[in-house]
Amino acid sequence: MTARENILARVREGLAAHPADDLRRARIEERLRARGRGPAPARASGDQEHLRALFTEMAREAGATIDTVCAGEVPQRIAAFLRACNLGPEIRTGHDPFLKGLAWQRVPELAVSRGAADAATATGVSAAAAAAAETGTLVFTSGADNPTTLNFLPETHIAVIPASRIKATYEDAWDLVRRAHRPATLPRTVNFVTGPSRTADIEQTLLVGAHGPGRLHVIVVTGA
Amino acid sequence: MRPSSTNFRANARAAIADRHLQQVLDQARTGFVSRRAAAVGRLPEFDRLRDEAKAIKDHTLAHLDLYLEHYEARVHASGGTVHWAETPQEACAIVVAIARDKGARTITKGKSMVSEEIDLNRHLEDAGLRVVETDLGEYIIQLRGEPPSHIIAPAAHLSKSDVEALFRDRHLDLDPGRALDEPAALVAEARTQLRRDFLTADIGITGANLLIAETGSSVIVTNEGNGDLTQTLPPVHIVITAIEKLVPTFEDAATILRILARSATGQELSVYTTFSTGPRRPGDPDGPDEYHVLLLDNGRSSLVGSEFQDVLRCIRCGACMNHCPVYQVVGGHAYGWVYPGPIGAALDPALIGLREARHLPNASSFCGRCEEVCPMRIPLPKLMRHWREREFEAGIAPRTHRFGVRLWAWFARRPAWYRTAAELAARTLRFLARRRGRLRRLPLAGGWTRHRDLPAPEGRTFQALWRERHKTVRR
Repeated sequence: MTARENILARVREGLAAHPADDLRRARIEERLRARGRGPAPARASGDQEHLRALFTEMAREAGATIDTVCAGEVPQRIAAFLRACNLGPEIRTGHDPFLKGLAWQRVPELAVSRGAADAATATGVSAAAAAAAETGTLVFTSGADNPTTLNFLPETHIAVIPASRIKATYEDAWDLVRRAHRPATLPRTVNFVTGPSRTADIEQTLLVGAHGPGRLHVIVVTGA
Repeated sequence: MRPSSTNFRANARAAIADRHLQQVLDQARTGFVSRRAAAVGRLPEFDRLRDEAKAIKDHTLAHLDLYLEHYEARVHASGGTVHWAETPQEACAIVVAIARDKGARTITKGKSMVSEEIDLNRHLEDAGLRVVETDLGEYIIQLRGEPPSHIIAPAAHLSKSDVEALFRDRHLDLDPGRALDEPAALVAEARTQLRRDFLTADIGITGANLLIAETGSSVIVTNEGNGDLTQTLPPVHIVITAIEKLVPTFEDAATILRILARSATGQELSVYTTFSTGPRRPGDPDGPDEYHVLLLDNGRSSLVGSEFQDVLRCIRCGACMNHCPVYQVVGGHAYGWVYPGPIGAALDPALIGLREARHLPNASSFCGRCEEVCPMRIPLPKLMRHWREREFEAGIAPRTHRFGVRLWAWFARRPAWYRTAAELAARTLRFLARRRGRLRRLPLAGGWTRHRDLPAPEGRTFQALWRERHKTVRR
């Protein structure tokens, strides 16, 4: 017997279950199909305006900075943010269609390069696939156009999220991910990000900027 | 790590006498408790979420065999590999074999309690591999050659100046005159030191906070971002986890995530919650080429269907130890194994044997705070009581202890004798205490009287009062 068989046999023995018990199998299949939800935080119920306000409040509380702009202004605002932080104009981003559709050519001072981040990348710009207002959480999905390293390697992470992608709860946000990837399997990585990297491993003192980005700037794009 | 839980009494005494440790523990004591209370207070749905989370895990455990099979099939469908290990030795051998197969030299690691449980670092190092812990707390204790003292704050027993001294001692390539007295400087130094390892590692190992059967995903919950760098940059990602981490769907994971961080650090949600499904897809510009999941049993399957099954609901948030009056005083190392505090007292006997862990279920005042704050509603005191019963039945408890319990049981079954003996004892104690009403010293009760006086019983016994009251009422 292999380890697998032994472990499964012991579990079945403990449960007094028979491997061919169709009723049990039907029960789990039903459960997996139904995908029932637990209690949702009441704070996250409301119209889109409320969700955007709640998302902003919670993300700020988690240590992110937020800017709300219309689509045409995104590149200028990124340039302004970098200047205000005394950061260089080099940004790295993927081939995400939403980001690619922005008017980068109108801000020639930005040096935009595309692809995965590396050790030299100072600022990563990525588009969030969704957000959950309940805790100010951004959702990123990996893929050919969206390198995961952009969200983790650079010191500064700029996240762009169209306002319509801000949902109430984790489950609502996840439904967006599911819809984009059906019927194929999920992307390799789905990242929920709530604020900048931090640690409290030394005397429980909260410090921002551990191994991930020490700065998380969120640009909410209205009308998109 | 190798257990030293049989030394609990001596360990605890040494910890209490250690003034430096007591200072650090003192400082840590209030933070976790008040932050959890604040986070829970902001979420009116918290208790309903706990009920739901308990129901999710109970359902999953009742169908664990089927969910494991489903999960495994989904991992394979997404291009990953599942490995099964019954024992820590098997688990380590599997990881070493993967490392050899890949010709790996350096392995970066995110925080994983299961890897501590199987003593993975030692096995990998014995096989000639370089292992780098990347979570700040784990990095610190790895440099010190110590086990973690808390399941979510591994370096909870150290002060800032301990860490400063350690970094000065170990980071010899840096300027000895550098300023390191601010915690921010220590964090920055660790970040710089670990960067190269993140970028050049051959394998990244993480744990898993949850496994999702529906999609075959593993979930990690971190604040630093080290786990994500660990599992994204190297060509191979190995997840070291155990069979009880499963939940059926994303929706179930969401419910548990809502109570996990709030119970642990008092955050609304940890900074990074990452769902990983298989290796990188064709066309992906980053991510690992290989994705392995190692499912460890190590005694867990035998708990399914037993009176200890509830312990398998644990999501390792650490709330029980943060609120435990025993843990708060002795710290994590006294417990002598990787899972300290109330959860360790309920779990460790199943994993390392009751003989080794026998003191842990006894290291409790049964105040019940652990059960009160446990997000998964694990009846920790009840589980400790079950272990105490087993300890008695197996004859592991010390002879004097067993004699005492037997003696008490003899009287307890004979009410007339019990009453007489109780009255006699009360009268004797009263006589010995004289007018002071308390005893400074008492033969056979030195453990009690060393630290406080024993108040002598006043008036009559409870049973005598009860009988009298009953008579009056009847009349």
